[in-house]
Amino acid sequence: MTTATATRPRRRLRLVRYVAPLIVVGWIAVALGGAAIAPYDPAAIQDADLFEGMSRAYWLGTDFFGRDMLSRIMAGARQTVGIALVATLLAVGTGLLLGLAASAIGGIVDAVLSRMLDALISIPSKLFGLVVVAAFGSSVPVLILTMAIIYVPGCYRMVRSVAVNVAALDFVIAARARGEGTFYIMIREILPNMVSPVLADFGLRFIYVVLLLSSLSFLGLGVQPPAADWGSLVRENIGGLPQGAPAVVMPAFAIASLTIAVNLTIDAFFSGRSRDGVH
Amino acid sequence: MTAAIGRLLLTRFLLSLATLIFVASAVFAITNLLPGDVAQELLGQAATPEAVAGLRTALGLDVPPLQRYIAWLGNLVTGNLGNSLVNGQPVTALIGSRIGNSLLLAAITALVAVPIAIGLGITAAVWRGSLYDRLVGAATVLVVSVPEFLVASTAVLIFAVHLQWVPALSQLGRITGLADVVRVFALPVMTLTFVVVAQMARMTRAALVDVLSSSYVEMARLKGAGPIRIVVWHALPNAIGPIANAVAFSLSFLLGGVIIVETIFSYPGIAKLMVDGVATRDLPLVQACAMLFCGAYLVLVTAADVAAILANPRLRKG
Repeated sequence: MTTATATRPRRRLRLVRYVAPLIVVGWIAVALGGAAIAPYDPAAIQDADLFEGMSRAYWLGTDFFGRDMLSRIMAGARQTVGIALVATLLAVGTGLLLGLAASAIGGIVDAVLSRMLDALISIPSKLFGLVVVAAFGSSVPVLILTMAIIYVPGCYRMVRSVAVNVAALDFVIAARARGEGTFYIMIREILPNMVSPVLADFGLRFIYVVLLLSSLSFLGLGVQPPAADWGSLVRENIGGLPQGAPAVVMPAFAIASLTIAVNLTIDAFFSGRSRDGVH
Repeated sequence: MTAAIGRLLLTRFLLSLATLIFVASAVFAITNLLPGDVAQELLGQAATPEAVAGLRTALGLDVPPLQRYIAWLGNLVTGNLGNSLVNGQPVTALIGSRIGNSLLLAAITALVAVPIAIGLGITAAVWRGSLYDRLVGAATVLVVSVPEFLVASTAVLIFAVHLQWVPALSQLGRITGLADVVRVFALPVMTLTFVVVAQMARMTRAALVDVLSSSYVEMARLKGAGPIRIVVWHALPNAIGPIANAVAFSLSFLLGGVIIVETIFSYPGIAKLMVDGVATRDLPLVQACAMLFCGAYLVLVTAADVAAILANPRLRKG
């Protein structure tokens, strides 16, 4: 990703190192706690106006039904973070296995895998999502699988490019000479030497998945009501935009805070070390 | 040299064509071979099995998939895209009535975004490491890692709600003068510009920084050439290829952005048409729009590669 943080003064860097991961961990905690730690029932209509502004009773205002926005965002965190995490795990897990296999086996396996996955990249992610939803309708399993498929090729490419270099190093050749199996070489010899680029890639894919999921939900084609992720929250409250209701921007800010925090976390922890590929 | 370029270009075009065929197959496979009975969906759960079977025949869904695939590919090439499942109108007519609007939006955005992005990228590269460079860098990272609808709704909040320069929702309607053009296009174009500029400025900066750190620029500096002369005379001519590559590649981000922007501002373009088609599961319409978008994307990505090939001095001089 970016190397912007590398040029920043040290103190700022240290601050970012703590604040950004804290935001990420905070959102994960909210996702786990879900509605249980929200101040109100996210589905309950409050004794308040529609699209109310921020107040002491309703910190982030109310939505188009007069429900508490903060509680709805906290409940939506479970959808956004949960779906995105599962999809990213699937995508990176598959990409990692395929990439390692391609680099360890090489030859025709490598060539065929690379060609096929490269072709998949040529379909823009949002379009792929739209076509799948048109064919299958939208449900959480469909969303997770679709996004996993969309982001496998990118991860595969990254893993393969790093792993091919590792696979050419002496200790891998030595392991081969010892007669170790391909799977052993993939997992025990190559993988431990590329942990930090893989983790950085995981963070990056997670950002892409969150953005794609939010976009689909915003278009009304992602998470379906009554469940609502952050993208759906923006969509259902879009009518409040001309009045400047916080119900529209706050869920969008939640998405931004998550993606930017993940981005900065990657920068703070991996940008320096990812290049040498040694953990 | 020219033969080498020709061969590379030819390979690139053939690759694009192969990709297009792959994309078409993928679109067909996703929308056809897998479940999700369109006939059932259209008629609803209460429909009799006879009615569903009748509609399946009418839509040609009872023909074997391979046969349907070949027929579909043929129709795609001849421009016969079928009829909408929802209102029965020809898909070509539906798209035809909207595509002009989308192209206009994209063209205006490109006209606004490209100069801004190149300007930002070049200045950031020249003053790299400065506060300005870091600000541009931080701003572009910010825009890239944020959903398009946040950019759009923030723009509405600032320019329509607080400053009240433009109305929040743009209806295309009647355009009778320059004021109307600004009224309709200001916010959509502004949003798309943000999205595209962020990517383009980053890539432009990277391309120019690359050239500026080369040894012939170092040589020019040692000979005492001024900073403007170095950038305009020595660096830019060699960075034009990478910059053209960046421009074409970043413009492909328009396709994703336009889907969100047309929806949020209810702009009557083909992206809105496609999103509505997805919601009603109007498969012929979705297939056609998807092919159109993928085609446009491929054209831009191919253009980016062609720019890179043409600008490679090793190929040019042999």
